[in-house]
Amino acid sequence: MKKQFLKLYSWVDDRVQFEDLIKFFSKKYVPVHRHSIWYYFGGVSVFLFIIQVVTGILLLFYYKGSADLAYESIQFIMSKVQFGWLVRSIHAWSANLFIFSLFIHMFSVYFEKSYRKPREMTWFSGMLMLFLALFFGFSGYLLPWNQLAFFATKVGTDIAGAIPVIGEPIKIFLRGGDDVTGATLSRFFGFHVALLPGIFTILLGLHLILVQRQGMSEPLETKESKMVPLKKMPFFPNFFLRDLLLWLLVLNLLAVLAVFFPAELGLKADLFGVAPAGIKPEWYFLFMFQTLKYFPSHIVLFEGEIVGILLFSIAGILWLLVPFWDRKSSRGQRNLKINYLGIFAVIFIIVLTTLGWLS
Amino acid sequence: MEKTDLLNKQSNRRGFLKFLAMTGATAFSASVLYPVFSFLRPPKQREVEVSSVNAGKIEELKKADYKIIRFGNEPVIVIPEGDKFLAFSARCTHLDCTVQYAKDKHVIWCACHNGKYDLTGRNISGPPPRPLAAFKTIIKGDELMITKTA
Repeated sequence: MKKQFLKLYSWVDDRVQFEDLIKFFSKKYVPVHRHSIWYYFGGVSVFLFIIQVVTGILLLFYYKGSADLAYESIQFIMSKVQFGWLVRSIHAWSANLFIFSLFIHMFSVYFEKSYRKPREMTWFSGMLMLFLALFFGFSGYLLPWNQLAFFATKVGTDIAGAIPVIGEPIKIFLRGGDDVTGATLSRFFGFHVALLPGIFTILLGLHLILVQRQGMSEPLETKESKMVPLKKMPFFPNFFLRDLLLWLLVLNLLAVLAVFFPAELGLKADLFGVAPAGIKPEWYFLFMFQTLKYFPSHIVLFEGEIVGILLFSIAGILWLLVPFWDRKSSRGQRNLKINYLGIFAVIFIIVLTTLGWLS
Repeated sequence: MEKTDLLNKQSNRRGFLKFLAMTGATAFSASVLYPVFSFLRPPKQREVEVSSVNAGKIEELKKADYKIIRFGNEPVIVIPEGDKFLAFSARCTHLDCTVQYAKDKHVIWCACHNGKYDLTGRNISGPPPRPLAAFKTIIKGDELMITKTA
């Protein structure tokens, strides 16, 4: 058996020369220091993405992406298909944990200033994936075609439509018409299961190749104080095995959440029903939703919501471009302003999310 | 002399080929992208031009706090007020949610962002930037008709 396997291996090796590849993968080391724990969240995010792909494919076997059948097909999955409730609940919970893990990963990279030269492209690809993940969540939320999702989509696409000049065409492109209808569902289904996974996979590949090629970022302080050679651990197998252990824990957490708090379905969307009281978006949009509530209907000459949306857009773009305007970190100097700004952003998000959640 | 001529000729030829290749590539991209973008733009559905809609029996409408009816593609909220009826577009001018009537507070209310309108359709509190468009109500026998105001 082993002999056959070796034979097969050498047959393939003859043709593709594994040597270079093995060299490429074995050179990575993970620095060991007091902030090392943050290195794990990229891996956790990848793991949750894999879970999303697997459970998503499973759901596709029964889900029907049309306004007449979507809600009923999910009812069918939840009540008739064996373990259908489990697969859907894991998909829903894993989506939430995925975005949570991405936020932790993003903020840890931000506070460590790991985006500084030469890792700007890694930061950009990561931020793009974060935006895509939010769009994943937004599009996936509509697919059960229930009342909450219907109004969340109306509001979300209307917000996109409020952007000056390009807003209206974007809104119509997203909705597949002037209103949220079955056409919107078809489009969101397409985004969610084909377009977004395709783009995301390419970006993820780029992101991982960059990480592999440039190695792990080391904290600024250790470089600054010229600490005697930083302790390191080989990525494979030492760090990888720790990764696996954490993945196992996350899988357990997912199972517990999915079993004790299965995904709900709510009422079927009614195009001519009223918006139910207490309507809220997913938690990761809650801080923006809550902030928009505090804007008056008009600020000087502009509608309040447009001002709010523009402010969020500008903040998002500045955040994305941080490697360019944080010159100090790239030169290896400390830049406390970045920390203060980051702390402000974290507190802002936590406070407004809590307010939105309580209201 | 001859050599530079030759070079000129060559660079002319190169420039020409470059020009051909670039125009070709541009034309090719355009001929691919144009159908793709056109495909993505949803076709205009022919809307049935609606000028008036039957909102239902007066008796039933009076019993309910309010009713949402379809006016073509638009939801319209019908509210009984004394002997008369009021009708407005039910699309919140803020972010497109469908409004409802809070009878105890005498306001038209949007649950999405707590926008409020009074019974003339005017936006009175919360984020809505504009009033709700009003519709005309006409009592015809025992039924209520809704029409667009001119």
